[in-house]
Amino acid sequence: MSARNRELLGLLPASALVIAGFAAVFVQRQNVLSNVSLTYGILFLALCLGAHVFLRITLPYADPYLFPIVALLASLGIVMIYRISATDARQQAQWFVVGLILFVATILMFRDYRRLEQYRYVIVAISLVLLVLPRAPGIGEQVNGAYLNIKLPGGITFQPTEFSKIGLVIFLASYLRDTRQVLVQGARRLLGITFPPLKHFGPVLVIWGVAMLALVLLSDIGSSVMFYGALLAMLYVATGRLSFVVIGLIAFIGGAWFLGSHIAHVHARFETWQHALNPTIYNAPLGSYQVANGNFAMAAGGLFGQGFGESIITVPGTHSSLIPEADTDMIYAVLTSEIGLFGAVGVLIGYLLFVWRGFKTAMLSSDSFSKLMAVGLTSVFALQVFVIVGGVTRVIPLTGVTLPFISYGGASIVANFVLLALLLLVSNRARRPVRQNT
Amino acid sequence: MNDQIVKLFGFILVLFGLLVFFTSKWTVFDATALNNNSLNHLTAIRDAKIKRGRILADNGEVLAKSVPAGGGEWKRTYPQNSLFAQTVGYWRGSGNDAGLESYYAGRLNGKTESISSVLGPLSSSLKVGDTLHTTLDPKAQEEARSELAGRVGAVVALQPRTGAVLAMYANPTYDPNSSKCSASAGCSYFNRATQAAYPPGSTFKIVTAGAAINTGKYSPNSQVDGNSPRTISGVPLENDLNHSYGTVSLTYALTQSINTVWAQVGVNVGTPVMTDYMKRFGFYSDPPIDLPKGELRASNVLSPAGVAYPPGSQDEDIGRIAIGQGGLSVAPLQMAMVASTIADNGNLMRPHLASRFTNSQGETVQTIRPSLYHHVMSAQSAQDINQMMRTVVDEGTGTPASLGGISFAGKTGTASVGKAGQQRTDPWFIGFAPANDPKVAVAVVLENTPNEYGGQVAGPIAAAVVRTLLQEGK
Repeated sequence: MSARNRELLGLLPASALVIAGFAAVFVQRQNVLSNVSLTYGILFLALCLGAHVFLRITLPYADPYLFPIVALLASLGIVMIYRISATDARQQAQWFVVGLILFVATILMFRDYRRLEQYRYVIVAISLVLLVLPRAPGIGEQVNGAYLNIKLPGGITFQPTEFSKIGLVIFLASYLRDTRQVLVQGARRLLGITFPPLKHFGPVLVIWGVAMLALVLLSDIGSSVMFYGALLAMLYVATGRLSFVVIGLIAFIGGAWFLGSHIAHVHARFETWQHALNPTIYNAPLGSYQVANGNFAMAAGGLFGQGFGESIITVPGTHSSLIPEADTDMIYAVLTSEIGLFGAVGVLIGYLLFVWRGFKTAMLSSDSFSKLMAVGLTSVFALQVFVIVGGVTRVIPLTGVTLPFISYGGASIVANFVLLALLLLVSNRARRPVRQNT
Repeated sequence: MNDQIVKLFGFILVLFGLLVFFTSKWTVFDATALNNNSLNHLTAIRDAKIKRGRILADNGEVLAKSVPAGGGEWKRTYPQNSLFAQTVGYWRGSGNDAGLESYYAGRLNGKTESISSVLGPLSSSLKVGDTLHTTLDPKAQEEARSELAGRVGAVVALQPRTGAVLAMYANPTYDPNSSKCSASAGCSYFNRATQAAYPPGSTFKIVTAGAAINTGKYSPNSQVDGNSPRTISGVPLENDLNHSYGTVSLTYALTQSINTVWAQVGVNVGTPVMTDYMKRFGFYSDPPIDLPKGELRASNVLSPAGVAYPPGSQDEDIGRIAIGQGGLSVAPLQMAMVASTIADNGNLMRPHLASRFTNSQGETVQTIRPSLYHHVMSAQSAQDINQMMRTVVDEGTGTPASLGGISFAGKTGTASVGKAGQQRTDPWFIGFAPANDPKVAVAVVLENTPNEYGGQVAGPIAAAVVRTLLQEGK
């Protein structure tokens, strides 16, 4: 079977899920929702099919599993958001369309994605600007102590760090392709530890600074873990030196620990993580109300969940939310509450499959830039899942990043479609049969 | 580089393993603790959607019911306010409940009635619980309250043949319709009928008599020394007003409640046998009634420091225990069980408040049948003590409890409390009627009165409640 036929077949589970999910939510809430909303499901499937046809024409050799996995995750996401807020689901569907347009545009513009290397300094500059934009007066917006969003005209809020992560990965892939040899050869041993040469390590230190900056300026632990983790992953793959990673980790943990004890907001996040069920912290402003109720929702889900639409999200008879940010930060808790441990693990396996195909793409690639970019994009994606799911399940402190393709959020869905487009571009080149190679 | 990518994937697998582990922790391993956490509103929100079964008195009067509160929710109301509070209890959500509401929470909450589909329990939001029919008699309950007239104390009435609790009322009480309850406003969740620890005074002489007669050491006609004082455990013990009665029969000693006689009987019977009979009557265990464990107290003997002696301890002053002092601490329900045992020919039935459950269609789904708790003594011994107790009301300390035409077997008690010389007492009365065919057994106690006598103050309350219950056809 050809790769594209396998992809088409892979879209079947997503179709089944989206139809069953919408039907379930509709049956449960038919007194509130109009049956017009059922057309969302059909529209969604039509869009997926369209994207598939487009891939057939433009990237015939690309990995056949990446897109169906994304479709499956996105279909679960749209059902969950629809179940939480029909209004948000309509907006998410619009963002989904925008995401697909950028997906198509990325593929058409960067058929030869290696051209991206030429713009690496422009890309990193834009990424850094996007990163600090939420702190800019007038357009920045503070949410729960962190600066994550910018406000665009028309009341749209946007999380620009979602794009920064892609830009930084492209830059690092290009930079490490050039310097990986010298980083290894110029390394010196001091006190039994191998240190990289400072001269070539500069830009890497810049990224460390960026991660720390994300912590200080944006008070955003999540983004800084994502960026920095991707950096270390790429550094490790580029040089093969675990010692670089260890040094980097120590530098990061040291910085994070220092900031954690000196920035009230970051410190509060640590407290709510460790003592979520402490009544004082639970009732405090910016306390553990959100995390604790996420835990309670998951407990209500149990092994098999309560069913779509059964989780209690707002206090009945009021508009005050029992699970704040139910369709963004906390969507994993709602999801676990409704489809249980089995469903939640299924979702995690979905993400793991994506990561596996991403790394597979990197391994099949012949040149270092492609390898490093695929590794970076995949790592940043995997870390984003870890940061938000880990935050909700209290493996680590909760910070506001989205669950890729599932959470409600315009920037998230659009940026992750660009990420997918880049991975498919790398994959198409890597898997192209040799005799047709140009 | 591919080597590193494989290792990196391994690391990501470990990270995701952590996510799976923690998700399992919250959904499965810690789920029960999280569901019961006091910060968790989900359980309360879900509970509010349950239409709990009603709780009814024995005549069908509604004691507790769920009324619509809007938004598909139900609110629990108690039409009788505080009158049945201590037995019916209250329900403010799982873990925040008391009394029968708590003990039978599962039954009252009922089961899901509609079928769950693969898409989840979509239409099962409406749950209907079973209705609980109790044995409580509203008229007797009302009578107990009006006779206590606001005084601190408790009244318990049992049906000797079945163990059915006909009345259980104590002051102070609370209004289950209100979540506010402050001691300064005369409100208390403490159920004195089942949780309090009073010295039983001379009512305990029935237990002593049971041990003495059923072992064959004494008969109602045994001649005993009624002089005062007598040295018991090395300390002189006096009769009331230090009155010496000379040599008297055991029946007379009960009729006049002669302390020196019963203390000597207790010493003669001995600690092991006394302890055995106390256990037979239900002492040293929580009463086997259908109320939550936290609302019950096992009757026992306390040291002067207030620590419970192990049953049969040689440190006990068995002579003074035999007259209901010496650190003996009992709940009113326990003394009602003693009276009930004599009334039912030596059989102690399990006291119970529930009689049956019916489902939403009105069909009986469960009947609580009478069951024997202990066979305490022979029918003959019980008959002997029954006869002795009749003389207490007919011509002894219990004459104020007389029921006129109906024979009432009883025993008074006036337990000294507080420091010596303060002249504070806990007046008691236990008994049953009609003595020749007992239908009702009763125990009444008042708390910490200014030297009032059981026969004078507790006796008339017992008589009034028994009269009401007999008029009710019990």
